[in-house]
Formats: sequence, C-alpha cells, structure tokens
Amino acid sequence: MYFKLVFKNIFRHRLRSLLTIVGLVVAILAFGLLQTVVHAWYAGADMASTTRLITRNATSLVFPIPIYYRERIKAVDGVKAVAVSNWFGGIYKDQSFGNFFPQFAVDHDIWFDLYPEFRTRPDELLAWKKDRSGAMVGRQLADQHGFKVGDVIALKGAIFPGTWEFTVRGIFEPRDDTTITRQMYFHWDYLNERMKQLFPKRAEYAGLFIVQIADPGRAAEISRTIDREFKNSLAETLTETEKAFQLGFVAQTETIVMAVRIVSFVVIVIIFAVVANTMAMTARERMAEYATLKALGFGPGFVAGLIGGESVMITVLGGLLGILATFPVAAVFKSLLGSMFPVFQVAPGTVAMQAAAAVGVGVLAGLAPAIRAGRVKIVDGLRYIG
Amino acid sequence: MTASPTRAPPPEGAGEAGGAIRPIVAIAHLSKSYRRGDQVVPVLRDITLDIPPGDFIALMGPSGSGKSTLLNLIAGIDKPDAGELRVDGEDITRLAEAELADWRAAHVGFVFQFYNLMPVLDAFENVELPLLLTSLGKRDRRERVETALALVGLSDRMDHYPNELSGGQQQRVAIARAFITDPTIIVADEPTGDLDRKSAEDILGLLRRLNSEMGKTVIMVTHDRHAVESARHVTHLEKGELVAGDGEKVT
Ligand SMILES: Nc1ncnc2c1ncn2[C@@H]1O[C@H](COP(=O)(O)OP(=O)(O)OP(=O)(O)O)[C@@H](O)[C@H]1O
Ligand SMILES: [Mg+2]
Repeated sequence: MYFKLVFKNIFRHRLRSLLTIVGLVVAILAFGLLQTVVHAWYAGADMASTTRLITRNATSLVFPIPIYYRERIKAVDGVKAVAVSNWFGGIYKDQSFGNFFPQFAVDHDIWFDLYPEFRTRPDELLAWKKDRSGAMVGRQLADQHGFKVGDVIALKGAIFPGTWEFTVRGIFEPRDDTTITRQMYFHWDYLNERMKQLFPKRAEYAGLFIVQIADPGRAAEISRTIDREFKNSLAETLTETEKAFQLGFVAQTETIVMAVRIVSFVVIVIIFAVVANTMAMTARERMAEYATLKALGFGPGFVAGLIGGESVMITVLGGLLGILATFPVAAVFKSLLGSMFPVFQVAPGTVAMQAAAAVGVGVLAGLAPAIRAGRVKIVDGLRYIG
Repeated sequence: MTASPTRAPPPEGAGEAGGAIRPIVAIAHLSKSYRRGDQVVPVLRDITLDIPPGDFIALMGPSGSGKSTLLNLIAGIDKPDAGELRVDGEDITRLAEAELADWRAAHVGFVFQFYNLMPVLDAFENVELPLLLTSLGKRDRRERVETALALVGLSDRMDHYPNELSGGQQQRVAIARAFITDPTIIVADEPTGDLDRKSAEDILGLLRRLNSEMGKTVIMVTHDRHAVESARHVTHLEKGELVAGDGEKVT
C-alpha cells in the first residue's frame, strides 16, 4: 500500500510530474554528456601504457633529439626496447578540420610490438615492414576516409616539405573501446632518407623516443637515469611515463575541462532546486492527507516516507530515462565530433555518477518536505481542508 | 472517579450489572487555550463530562465555542493544558506521541466533515487503510472490508475512487473506515455539514445503527437540528464552557 500510495501520488499532477521528470531527464543527460566530454579529453592518457616512457627534448617538444641517443637509451638498465617517433603533420587534401589526422614516422620493425593495443594482421604487418613507403592506418581513420589496403595516400608536407605518397599496407584494429585508431604510421627510415637528400641538416633527428621498460615500478628511476645520461649535452632530455606525457598535453586545456566539469555539476544543482520546489509544493497541498493518516494512527515515519519516497521515485525515474538517453545521444555526438574526440564513450563511472546524482537529488529534495510532513500537527493539518 | 454523575440510563447491555457504570469517556477539569502571539486565548475552561459506554452524544454550540477542540482532545489528536481525560480507563493525556498514535489506531474511529479520504485510493483501499496498522492478514482484511462496505451499502462501489463518488457516498466510505477496526469510540465532527438532507439522513442512520446495533459509543459535533435527533444526549458548549441543558435526553 505504501508503494501504491507513493506511485499513484506521482501521477496526480500529471503535468507537474511530467515537467519535473523531463527536467530530470535533460539534466541527467546533460550531466552524462559533459562528464563524457571530460572523459574523452583524458582518454588518450587513460589508455597509456605503464610500461612505456616518452623521452623528449627537455626544452620543448618542438625541438628534436639526435637519433644516436636511441642506442644510448637502449643501453640503460631496465630498458627493453626504444622506438623513434616523429610527428609528421602532413596535410591530407586540404587544411579543413575534418580532413586532419595525425601521422607519425616510426621504427617500423618494432613499433607494433610496443603497442599491443593495436591489433594487426601478420601478413599485412609483414607487407608494411617490406614496403619503405608503406603505411599502416587505424580502423577509425580507414573508416572515416574509406582507406583500403593498396590505396595511395598523398600528403602535402608542412613540417617536412614536399609531396609524400604512402601505400596503405595494413589496417590496425583497436583492442577495445579506449584504443585510439585515428592515426597513421609509416617508416621513419623513409622520412629520414628523403630529408638526407633535401635538407641534410635536418636529417638524423628523432621527434621523441618511446622507451619500453620491463618493470613499471622502476619507471621513475629509469627516467632519471636516462635524463642524467644526457645532462649537459647538446639536447637535454625529459623522460616521463606515457600517461604523464599525455596529461601534459591535456593540462594545456585543463581550464576548459574544468569549466565543463563545473557546468555539469551546476546542472545538477539547478535540477535539485526544481525538484525541491516541486516537492515542497506537493507536500504543502497534501498536509490534510498527512494529518488524516496520522489521525488514523500512522506514524510520522510513514507520512515522511510518502513524500520522501515520491521524491526519490521521481528522480530515479527521470534519472533512469536520462541515463538511457545518454547512450544514443552520445553516439550522435560521437559521429558529429568524432574528429575532435577519438574516444567518446559513456564510461561506467559516468553512469554511476548519473545514478548517484539522481538518487542524491531525490533524497535531498525530499528531505525538508518529508520532515515537515512527518511533523505536521494533526489539528493544524486537518484545517487545510476546511 | 469524577464528581459528575451519569444522568442518563445507559443503553441496554452496555452497563455493568448492579454497580455504577464506568464512563467510557471521563473528562475532569479539562482546559485548553491557544496562544496567539503573546495573547492567550482560552478555548475550553474546566470541562467536566462523563460519557457512558454505548452513548450517542451530540455536542452543540455556536461557532468558535470549542466543540471541535473538545472532540479533538477526546480523540487524542490534540493535547489539553490541564485536567484529566480518560477513555476506557486510560488517561490519554499522559501518553507520548507514538503511544497516542497506536492508541488512536486501536480505539478511535474518525468521521470528518469533508470525508478526508485518500484520493489515490479506491473505496476498498480507503477502508482497508486502518487495518494495515493491525496484524490482520490480507484475506482477513478483505473479508472485513467487504463486510463493512456492504453494511454502508457500497458493495458495488468498492473500486470507485473518491472523485467518482458523491459526497454522501464518500462519507459512507469514511464511516466504514471509522468502524473497520472495531474502535472504542467513534468521533464525528459535523459529519453531515457538507451534505444534502437525504445524504445526511443516510449518514445519521448509519451512525444510529453503529450505536444501537453494534453498541459503539458515538460522539458527534453538529450544528444540524435534525442530526441532534439521532443522538441520545445533547451537550451544549458556549465560550468554552458546558452550559445548562447538558445531558438532557432527546426525545
Ligand atoms: N490552532 C489554533 N490556533 C489558535 N486558535 C485556535 C486554533 N484552533 C482553534 N482556535 C480557536 O479556538 C476556538 C474554538 O475553536 P473550535 O474549532 O473548537 O470551534 P468550534 O466550536 O468547532 O467552531 P465551528 O462550529 O465553527 O467549527 C476558536 O475561537 C478558534 O479560533
Ligand atoms: Mg468545529
């Protein structure tokens, strides 16, 4: 009977309840989307492996490091493998945002050993390793532009002048939803060779090194050892974990992320005010009923539970619908903003936060009216009718 | 127990053989005032009144004389400032809030002027409501509710919601709700105040039956001359005091 009363009470003022629930759906949905945006921002960092370090020029990322550092880093105790990676920055078709994608010149012979999260086909990988101007493209990128094995991708060099043509030799698949596959890899040797011909001074340089280590627990110590190795040399290095490196990128936009985060919580505060107002109004209208129930012998707890339960039931209902709506809407967002956020996935943690926000709003909004209803003096409450 | 004697003979079967009858409601020197700002407004002054078991008493008096206040005190939904108030031997002025709630559930049936049914519950559920505070099982409750609704002539309206019932029918549901727990007393505050003549007659007829056939003690506040005729006794209140004519048998 308690649940019947609570449930039926929700539908007494259909319009009011409907509007409140719609507000909740929108708020919980907006909260979920904004949280997902924040997540998307950090996605690159989250997928970062703990067994990979990044060594770069200590002055700035835009300055390269001599390639011969590779052998010296490899000699450091605890280092399993070292791979070079250069940001290529070529322009595909035109400079439009939609056509932008990252390209990297890498150590083709070991690259995919360092990145087990990229799934390759052995025959394709072999074909790529054999083709000096071959390229491996990620699944998302291939789908976006319709790249197939055998296709030729022409890029106009921005950092490295000239027209560059690459033949797609393979497509790598993501291990899971957090893996970014919106980029292209080609042979660093190929890049270096052409630079040697065109601009010999710029040859033999690495953008940065990916350092694979055996024991993540030694990351800090190995990083220090590497950097000490190049202390006082021409190009001093800065080594950090891949995660820290990615977060460094993210940190530049941290204020925006923070703003998004704050807005997401403001949305919840607003909907709390709306629900609290609705529940207070509802409780006031029903004081005579609460007084009658108390006269019949029902305790203050039961009466408080009626309005408190109604509040929680409404927010749970709105929250549930909001959570359900988050997935399709996030999918639409992903298709619209795919090039901006390679990973746009509603995380389980986000759903948990949405649920907690809904329940929390219900409990807090229902609290004051519930206490007032539970404490109503019978003779005063009965007067509300006459 | 109290100085005031019972002036009317009790209805048949309600008295104790030979001795003095213990009143079902014994009120002694009861007073109550309301505070409005720093002003104290006395509402009831030194009320002393006994109601014998099985009585049907009508409380009359001008508006604002304190009738509802007195009824609320008897029903245990309000607290007096001073005096003694025993119902079936129990001094309810000494009960704590929670105890009083349990006591009401067991001993008092309420009939209000505006019915006070739960709008979201149908007739059956409204009558069943007080039984949820008892240990009765679902089947027993159903049986009782059906009997009660049959008694008030609403067997065919069990699944009707209050807004689908006329005022008279709603009040009949309320009466069924009032006696479903077999309470010690039934209190009714202007039960016919919102009804037309015909419906009022039905309601008064039901209250008379509860009183005469089931032996329930009924305490009713009313303005209605016709309603008074249903009562065995009439008590007049004026400015918070009982006045002469109190307890006279109505013919
Ligand atoms: N909660 C309250 N606060 C202040 N004064 C009150 C309160 N309740 C009742 N009173 C006052 O007590 C007096 C008696 O009220 P009560 O409701 O008992 O009268 P009544 O005889 O039932 O009148 P009516 O016939 O109009 O229902 C009135 O003057 C009323 O204004
Ligand atoms: Mg009154």
